[in-house]
Amino acid sequence: MSGPAPVLEFGDVAEGDILPSLRYDVTASTVVLGALATRDWRPMHHDKDFAVERNGTRDIFLNTPNQAAWFERYITDWTGPRGRMGRVTFRMRDSVFPGDTMVFDGVVSEVTVDDTGCGWVGLDITLSVDGDVKSTCAARVALPVDGDDNPWHRGADRWKP
Amino acid sequence: MTVVEDVRALVGVPQYEETGEFPVERSYIWTMSAAVENGNPLFWDDAVADAITDGPIAPPTMLSVWFRPHHWAPGRTEQALPLQVHFDLKARLGLPEAVMTDNTIVFYEPVRPGDRLTTRQILRSVSDEKTTKLGTGRFWVIDVEYTNQNGGIVGIESYTGFGYRRLSDGVTGDDGNGGGA
Repeated sequence: MSGPAPVLEFGDVAEGDILPSLRYDVTASTVVLGALATRDWRPMHHDKDFAVERNGTRDIFLNTPNQAAWFERYITDWTGPRGRMGRVTFRMRDSVFPGDTMVFDGVVSEVTVDDTGCGWVGLDITLSVDGDVKSTCAARVALPVDGDDNPWHRGADRWKP
Repeated sequence: MTVVEDVRALVGVPQYEETGEFPVERSYIWTMSAAVENGNPLFWDDAVADAITDGPIAPPTMLSVWFRPHHWAPGRTEQALPLQVHFDLKARLGLPEAVMTDNTIVFYEPVRPGDRLTTRQILRSVSDEKTTKLGTGRFWVIDVEYTNQNGGIVGIESYTGFGYRRLSDGVTGDDGNGGGA
């Protein structure tokens, strides 16, 4: 690990804030590692011939749970370990293939405090390749409202994701 | 009753309740974190995990992973499929191809190494027939609810799938037996 983890607090964030971009060059290994890590054994995520002949795609492509893990990494790179995800919605528009450079961009869409005192940040995140949006992720993430607050210590009655 | 009415009768009915074949595995958490180069210290540094989450947890988005079976197991006679309701719909509606278009996950109690999770699948809706650039078929929404060994809910996933016949198949008058996976 490089240096201490960031600790983003709710008060540090405002609607319209832009998250740092993440760029990543996708290889066949990226697709296969993620497919195996998510135990998705379907052949279009590791067998190019199957993907081309049966799915009609140009190559194997990232599976949904692997994309979810990439979005999670993008979010928690920004929040640090105290950020606790409450809800994510993914929409896949097009596939991501080996040879693509994935670019993640995000913007803060909303900041709210709920009736339990939990600080929530809404994020609109895109995964693009060459400027074309391939997937989107709308996320709702809890951040500590102050140095004493830890969203992970909220029990069921104080956690309304 | 038509096949579609038959399928729609299952809307809201919990199906395929089962407990995972394996407890939540810590090494799998590292495999996943390595695959996406996720350096969140909650997954790599026990001191941080102890301080923030009262011990190690799994990445929240791995929720569905714990229910996908390993590729092989001794004595298993048929390949168990995750999200069986999705594959049932493909088979019953005669739609050989399918994609997932939309996926929402709501996270509750953290999942921890050693947890034994239970899941059930609930069909929420099946659309009328639609044609997209992929082909002609139907959209459906399936919820997957996950609980831990203490009965605590850890998450609810909601999937939108689109099962279809490729347009080129349709031209040949294929009536649904496309030899789907």
